[in-house]
Amino acid sequence: MTDDIRLLPQAFEDWFAARGWAPRPHQLDCLRASRAGRSHLLIAPTGGGKTLAGFLPSLVDLHEKGSSGALHTLYVSPLKALAVDIARNVERPVADMKLSIRIEARTGDTPAHRRQRQKYALPDMLLTTPEQVSLLLSHSDAGKFFSGLNAIIVDELHSFHATKRGHLLALDLSRLRTLAPSVRTIGLSATIPDPAPLLDYLTGPETRADLIRAAGGAQPKVHVLDVERRIPWSGHSARHAWRDVYGAICASKMTLVFVNTRSQAEMTFQALWSMNDDNLPIALHHGSLDVEQRRKVEAAMTRGVLRAVVCTSTLDLGIDWGDVDLVIQIGAPKGASRLTQRIGRANHRMDEPSSALLIPGNRFEVLECIAAKEAIDEGALDGEENRDGALDVLAQHILGVACSAPFAPDDLYAETIAAAPYRTLSRAAFDQAVDFAATGGYALKSYERFRRIVKTPDGLFRIRNAHVAQQHRMNAGTIVDAPSYNIRLIGKSGRRTMGRKLGTMEEWFVEGLAPGDTFIFAGEVLRFEGAEGMDAFVTRAPDEEPRIPSWNGGKFPLTTYLAGRVRRMIHDEANWPHLPEQLREWLEIQRDVSLIPDIDEMLIETFPHNNRHFLICYPFDGRLAHQTLGTLLTRRLERAGAQPLGFVPTEYSLSIWGRRDMSALDMDALFDEDMLGDDLESWLSESVLMKRTFRDCAVIAGLIDRRHPGQQKTGRQVAFSSDLIYDVLKEHEPDHLLMKAAWADAARGYLDLSRLQALLTRVRGRLRHARLTRVSPLAVPVMLEINKETIVGEAQEAMLKEASDALIAEAMRR
Amino acid sequence: MTPQTEIFVNLERLVALANGALYWPARETLIVSDLHFEKGSHFAMKGVFLPPYDTRATLTRVAAMIRELKPKTVISLGDAFHDGGSEARMEEQDARLLEAMVASVRWLWILGNHDPAPPARFGGDVEGAMLVGRLFFRHEAAAYHERGEISGHFHPVARVRAETRLIRRRCFATDGERLIMPAMGAYAGGLNILDSAYDGIFRGALTAWMLGETGLYPFAADRLLPDSGAQRRKVG
Repeated sequence: MTDDIRLLPQAFEDWFAARGWAPRPHQLDCLRASRAGRSHLLIAPTGGGKTLAGFLPSLVDLHEKGSSGALHTLYVSPLKALAVDIARNVERPVADMKLSIRIEARTGDTPAHRRQRQKYALPDMLLTTPEQVSLLLSHSDAGKFFSGLNAIIVDELHSFHATKRGHLLALDLSRLRTLAPSVRTIGLSATIPDPAPLLDYLTGPETRADLIRAAGGAQPKVHVLDVERRIPWSGHSARHAWRDVYGAICASKMTLVFVNTRSQAEMTFQALWSMNDDNLPIALHHGSLDVEQRRKVEAAMTRGVLRAVVCTSTLDLGIDWGDVDLVIQIGAPKGASRLTQRIGRANHRMDEPSSALLIPGNRFEVLECIAAKEAIDEGALDGEENRDGALDVLAQHILGVACSAPFAPDDLYAETIAAAPYRTLSRAAFDQAVDFAATGGYALKSYERFRRIVKTPDGLFRIRNAHVAQQHRMNAGTIVDAPSYNIRLIGKSGRRTMGRKLGTMEEWFVEGLAPGDTFIFAGEVLRFEGAEGMDAFVTRAPDEEPRIPSWNGGKFPLTTYLAGRVRRMIHDEANWPHLPEQLREWLEIQRDVSLIPDIDEMLIETFPHNNRHFLICYPFDGRLAHQTLGTLLTRRLERAGAQPLGFVPTEYSLSIWGRRDMSALDMDALFDEDMLGDDLESWLSESVLMKRTFRDCAVIAGLIDRRHPGQQKTGRQVAFSSDLIYDVLKEHEPDHLLMKAAWADAARGYLDLSRLQALLTRVRGRLRHARLTRVSPLAVPVMLEINKETIVGEAQEAMLKEASDALIAEAMRR
Repeated sequence: MTPQTEIFVNLERLVALANGALYWPARETLIVSDLHFEKGSHFAMKGVFLPPYDTRATLTRVAAMIRELKPKTVISLGDAFHDGGSEARMEEQDARLLEAMVASVRWLWILGNHDPAPPARFGGDVEGAMLVGRLFFRHEAAAYHERGEISGHFHPVARVRAETRLIRRRCFATDGERLIMPAMGAYAGGLNILDSAYDGIFRGALTAWMLGETGLYPFAADRLLPDSGAQRRKVG
């Protein structure tokens, strides 16, 4: 330990001791690595003292060497609020030890005068977001600002390294290494299965960051709720278990109730309050609620005055919130890593086990929950797919660099491919991106005379004038918000002058409302009264049933890893006795009336039902991939004359129905991988999907201007529409950089093509076709989804129930 | 053949085409509106690099109509050129295509607010407005009620709800007495037909003929939606 004592200055020893703490081994490891000038990645569960570990080396260095008047440490967080909170947390030891260190936060909300001051009087530590780093780098004094930089800390790296924000920050890190060659990068991450992509992310290719792992905390205790009552066949609400959720909240000090969508959060919150006879303080937290409202809930949690918070992924990240002793996950967890991180929100002391309760909403979710529990018991996690650096992001970065100083293309290319996501980028693709930033990069060179980036006599590229820089700064960043409305509460009198802002809702949802429609938001039933500009006005309607059921937001696909485990559980008959009684019976009848496929096989069932012919397959590859598969299969079936009428995907299966019997079709041909060629292309060319991804790429790449809050007030009078641009570009230059970027986004975000590809490869030659005379037990959940889509409204509830009872009876007959 | 439908304005039988053009069979006249040539390069001057193919895309559309319908007369209802510098920025290939097209028929430029006078190079006749039989052609609808008026200028679009989806498309707007044509320019945006800018133009029952891929679809005023969730405005 003598070594460690020398490692940690006396003032810090004393500070730890005064608190009755001892520095944790990983905190000292980080310090040791930093003293050796090494970049490093710290993987620690929540509550592992991760933030302090990240900052400790900088605090020690500044303590020993004193402030140099230059920016010493840059801390980057994906969350604005986190940057501000961490600033407060780090102030603590600084104040306690009377260190002379100036710490400031800088986010989009920081007042302009303070941001301006930060550029003259540099703080020692600046805590900020990826967007602000990018903006700072686009200024002409960026070189001076960052030249003394010693350390960059990137927090919650696991959550965004593979996104476009992560790509932009990777390029910025590369730039920072050019401006401050000796800078160390420190990545902080939650527990992940494969640290390699994160290690690559932190440095250039010539070196590699050290990996430091905090000792694992106590094994979490995970339970899957087992109920005697009938487990629902479909749906995700877990309505049958709300009582149990309430009971668990009553039995705990502080509970986080995670759900997967915002509408589910609203519904669960309402349900809990309807049975809240003890008047427990239960709050609601999701991304559509007003920021002020969310901050209030967070503050109340920190003070420990709440008993439960119903929340979505908005609480996946963030600082430690008081004494959470139970985490409840309602609905399927979708991934083992996400669940582990959520469970980590409980008991932020590493020596105490976290406690979690999983509440499946339906039968397949029971399997998924058990699979997730077993994965966590084994300490297994699912990996994340990496993706190549996005081209629209690169185009934005190039213009940003040009705004700060003239650049030599050779140098900037070298700097670009030093960033991990762009390591395989070709010079040709880079030059295309430069050309894009300069003139739009079109084959028809008619914009040469309007170049934004011009070549100087000494071969450098610089921006044409200050206007270009101004335009760039207005449009920087990779987050393209879907246009949204402010939800404002007004009185019955209907005066619309002000109205308290409750939160925001996506444009498409509000525009689908007619005055008088009711829906749940912010924990209340509201009536839509009308909209003006970007404000939607609502009144309270406490006595009414919400008519418009839900709005989307926050859906995660089932991970490949967890899907594999669920497939194995179904296949492995030896394991069935461990399953809840109802599930065992379900699978046994399935085996008797249809079949249970081998692990690598895919089951296809065909049967008639209600004068329709059904084809159902069970890939377990998530709704997105199934949706794409359904689209492509119906096109093929159409061509084969099978007259398909529709399809419905679920997370686990895909159901297609039509007028003709499909049992005689050649299934191997139907599921052949070649559907990803022409069929896909012809479908995409007609679909609106590409237009959506194109718009976002066009904004990020700087082709079209962002809509700013002030401008939105004027409504829709945009000068041109991105749809029209898309149509023209598709016809005249289909392989343009933006078309490629839009395609890459669609393939990944909306189609899950890589997963579909893997699925088709996996099941090739391994299709098991069961020709049945009636619906099978496994088919029931997806069959009920079909009913749900076609029968809506309360009057039809009874009809729906009757129909589903009959369907289940038919399926479960041996 | 381009999808089309019959529309009567002031008792004249007209054929509305799904690409936004209008044909008057009795006079063998093709009418196009708000072509906005070189809108793309107009933005490029300001550093917004829209694809430089909009002029070609628009020209190709008009040329296809001339090939298909073989009109004797073509009327451009104004705002054919996005701004005064359009001719100078136009690609030579596009300019030649336009020249040849104008020369192939009797071409009439109606003046718009964007193009006080079309570039002389392209030829054709120029008029502020034009009365032909029972129809009156001008760029922007007159403030007084002009029966038989065919105009453009507003770039009308209509928005409707179909099942659960909202659809917004360019449209022909008419009450049987007057008609406003959709813009044909590839980058021409649109103004919702329920906007107050149209107030007072239509006296009779308004029908919006929305342009589709395979046809034109008529919607009565009470089916139309404004662009924001705002209360429906009274039309007519």
